[in-house]
Amino acid sequence: MLEISNLACSRGDHLLFSDLNFSLSAGDLLQVQGANGSGKTSLLRTLCGFMMPATGEIRWRGQNVRELGDAFYAEMIYLGHLNAIKDELNALENLRISAGLAGCRVDDRQVIAALRRMGLRGRETLPVKVLSQGQRRRVALARLLLSNAPLWILDEPLTALDVGAVGLMQELIGEHLVNNGMVIYTTHQPLEVVGIATRWLALS
Amino acid sequence: MNKLSLIGLLSLVIRRDLVLAMRRRADVLTTLIFFVIVVSLFPLGVGPEMDMLRKMAPGVVWVAALLASMLSLGRMFSADYLDGTLEQMMLVPQSLSILVLAKILAHWMVSGLPLVIMAPVLGLQFDMSAQALWVLIAALLLGTPILSMIGAVGAALTLGLRGGGALVSLLVLPLCIPVLVFGAGAVEAVVSGTSVSSHLSLLGALLVIALVFTPWVTALALRISME
Repeated sequence: MLEISNLACSRGDHLLFSDLNFSLSAGDLLQVQGANGSGKTSLLRTLCGFMMPATGEIRWRGQNVRELGDAFYAEMIYLGHLNAIKDELNALENLRISAGLAGCRVDDRQVIAALRRMGLRGRETLPVKVLSQGQRRRVALARLLLSNAPLWILDEPLTALDVGAVGLMQELIGEHLVNNGMVIYTTHQPLEVVGIATRWLALS
Repeated sequence: MNKLSLIGLLSLVIRRDLVLAMRRRADVLTTLIFFVIVVSLFPLGVGPEMDMLRKMAPGVVWVAALLASMLSLGRMFSADYLDGTLEQMMLVPQSLSILVLAKILAHWMVSGLPLVIMAPVLGLQFDMSAQALWVLIAALLLGTPILSMIGAVGAALTLGLRGGGALVSLLVLPLCIPVLVFGAGAVEAVVSGTSVSSHLSLLGALLVIALVFTPWVTALALRISME
């Protein structure tokens, strides 16, 4: 479904990687590996369309994502280094807005269920600024539960999470893959999904 | 495919920005209080010469409104940029221009509209006639959204730059000169008894042009800033 061919990416004059080829089909889990500065985040941001690839093409369902535009964005969800949640709003409001922007119709019950699943029972209506770093990350990750996008692009999803939450994350990814989803992610922590063979993509 | 309607997206973003502004009321009040103080300093500084005050009133109110709107420009996108919300907004399966338009409208409601409401009260300090005050309100109502729109382009271009605050003023202030000229001109026209409608029509025309082009240009500038 997602095909990358001859992709090259540069930051300024510095070429990060070139001739990158891979494809992702339903049920695939792809981990992007590489040392700091090898271009993992740049690759994911290029997939999202924030950065223009120097050369090469990204195709989704056989069509170039640049031409697809909104149709591609409706089928993917990106979680970056930044949590994209507002300190002034509570977890419930944050998720309601981000789900609304993504075009998903969710009611409060679904949002609360998602937050409880992420282990935030009782924190639903607290302003996010009083939550800890790990709890904020959990709020951000709860967006994944409310979206029905098949492609998940996760940049270091496990930062600031405790062991329990890492386990939960593995469970979520497993469920998503069973439902014919696709996940591409970067991490420096071990992440193993039961019953799914992780594919690796090494950047150097 | 799930997709939000244009109106749905507009109202969602406007409501979100208004709720955020209400939770950070200090920011909203600084702009308004700055405007009130700057305008009030002139009668105190110039002294109680009514003729002089009446003559300078439109210019002073407009320049103060212009400076006050500069004050709030930095906030238009920077908070969203820093916490990653802007990234997510670019991934919304809808045109970014519409989203930008919603943000501009919300910004105007929070930082422009209070100035319009406050202006007649401040005009009294300059002994402006009732008729002049009405024209002042009409001109500000047409002009302040243009300031927000031109400001949005500047704010988007300087996003993430160090010292962007001063730079945005340098970029935006010259572009706001036509608004200043026609806005203050409308009030001067009513005082001197000539036609007001030409000034207001020109302001209206500027508003329409800005409404069509600035959200699109701002969206392009934001995409460049995100790279």
